Amino acid sequence: MIEVRNLSKDWKKFSLKDINIEIKKNEYFVVLGPTGAGKTLLLEIIAGFYFPDRGEVRIAGQEVTNLPPEKRRIGFIYQDYSLFPHFSVEENIEFGLKLRKSASPDTNRKKLKEIMDWLGIAHLAHRYPATLSGGEQQKVAIARAIAIKPSILLLDEPLAALDLRTKDYLREELKRVKEELGITMVHVTHDQTEAMVLADRIAVMMKGRIMQVGTPYEIFNKPQDEEIADFVGVENILSGVVRNNENGVAEIEVDFCRNIFAVSDYRAGAVKLFVRPEDIILSESQGESSAKNVMKGRIEALDDIGPLTRVKIDNSLVALITKQSRESMGLQKGEEVYATFKATSVHVVR
Amino acid sequence: MKLRSRLPGTEKLKREKIYVIFLFLGLVLVAFVFITLGNMLYRQTEDFPALIDAATNLVVLKAIGISISMAMASTLIAFFFGVPLAYFLARKDFPGKSIIEGIVDIPLMIPHVIAGIALYGVFMRYGVIGAPLKRLGIVITDAYLGIVIAMLFMCLPYLIDTARAGFKEVDPRLENVARSLGASHWRTFREITFPLAFPSILSGAILSWGRAISEFSAVLILAYHPISAPILIYEKFTSFGLAASRPISVLLISICLVIFILLRMLQKGRK
Repeated sequence: MIEVRNLSKDWKKFSLKDINIEIKKNEYFVVLGPTGAGKTLLLEIIAGFYFPDRGEVRIAGQEVTNLPPEKRRIGFIYQDYSLFPHFSVEENIEFGLKLRKSASPDTNRKKLKEIMDWLGIAHLAHRYPATLSGGEQQKVAIARAIAIKPSILLLDEPLAALDLRTKDYLREELKRVKEELGITMVHVTHDQTEAMVLADRIAVMMKGRIMQVGTPYEIFNKPQDEEIADFVGVENILSGVVRNNENGVAEIEVDFCRNIFAVSDYRAGAVKLFVRPEDIILSESQGESSAKNVMKGRIEALDDIGPLTRVKIDNSLVALITKQSRESMGLQKGEEVYATFKATSVHVVR
Repeated sequence: MKLRSRLPGTEKLKREKIYVIFLFLGLVLVAFVFITLGNMLYRQTEDFPALIDAATNLVVLKAIGISISMAMASTLIAFFFGVPLAYFLARKDFPGKSIIEGIVDIPLMIPHVIAGIALYGVFMRYGVIGAPLKRLGIVITDAYLGIVIAMLFMCLPYLIDTARAGFKEVDPRLENVARSLGASHWRTFREITFPLAFPSILSGAILSWGRAISEFSAVLILAYHPISAPILIYEKFTSFGLAASRPISVLLISICLVIFILLRMLQKGRK
């Protein structure tokens, strides 16, 4: 559906370097990256607001690199909603409909009503954007974008400025837009949860480059390098040397504790190990676990983050456990615990 | 607790100390303007018949009419050429941009007499522009056109600067979205950008118009005749003194104030 080839662009303090991505029809594609990575610029180039210095953009097989945005029929949604402040909700949504010469005022009214009902905003029709809450504004922005029946919807941090509840709700609405209307979605965010929940595929973007493209599982569990791992929340990044490999299970020597077992093809040499903190289980006794890796350590710190607790252990591992298991075990700072994780939870890269 | 802090409002005043001090400093200027104009208006009420005389004198009315209408003409010209420039300057960055911005603001800096002399040099019958225009039968000096040109030169920065600030405040992302919805760049400008910047553009036009009416020196040099209000007032002042020039002044500023207030109300109403 969308192909970006060898695209480069320098603009103000941002630059895109040799971007290559291919987005499939009716896919929910998330571009995930830290602030300043150039995500928005990439989206704006796909929309046609800016033109690349090099490279090309193709939509549905056609080259559109130099086509003005009004000819592309791509919906665009910004983080701050960008509603026209001098138009009412109704006028905002109608704006794109009116521009199409073929449609009569009657069919436009009908479409307008349909869309407003579908998103549950009919009661806001005559209000002005300044009087709406963030969530309401974003729904109007979605309505306005889908009114022109675009085949592609580009979303630039659409949920970043919303409170948690509204965020959850609108996330579901966005899924509905993709599934019920069959629109190809390209969504830019720095929020991992958002990416994990929404994406069919994720592209990790850093410093103007696409670092890795894959399914959410691949991105979060099998990051290609340390930088990506760190960004996607792999808190346990260890260096080690493969000492032995039997039937695809490598035994890796790390400097601070006993050897770690990992499912890996590497037979020898220096490697990096990534273990997600939520894959580490804590227990008070060694117990009978099938997990290959068991390590003893002293709790250095316990931090509550929402419904989870982040446990830092002095052997430099970090585990993420639920508050409930923290309470049932009665974990305290300074206490000794066993940290257990499976050989399959360890992702090994060179 | 000390006694004085129990006085009502004292605590609040203390908290807002900086505002109180700044207000008193600022009031010096407000009083300066108010007393100057108020005094003139008040003195005139003591000589009401002279005001009536001025208001019924054809020469006076014609001069005021010329000032107001020529100022409007110059503001319209500044609008027609200045609004596009303002939009361009608000949206585009390019090497040498500050040079263009500097040139636009020159009329704010230079003494108006000098502007008048410079304009005369260009637009007189033998001037760079005046000569070819003369061959086409168009004379600038001592003509309505001369008044408009002198006013235009002095008022254009006000309109361009204010309009540019107005365009800058319109988020370019609104334009992007409008275009993604299928609007051409022209249509986006017409329906989104211009209406949103309009309050600023109108402010700029009002400022520009007011500046044009008050232009004296440049008009004096380029087009003493047909006689416009400030020149008539100055002529009366030098020939017959304060009592003769004041009624025309009061009349002119009264009319200007009424127009100014009406435009301001229009602007507020739109918001």
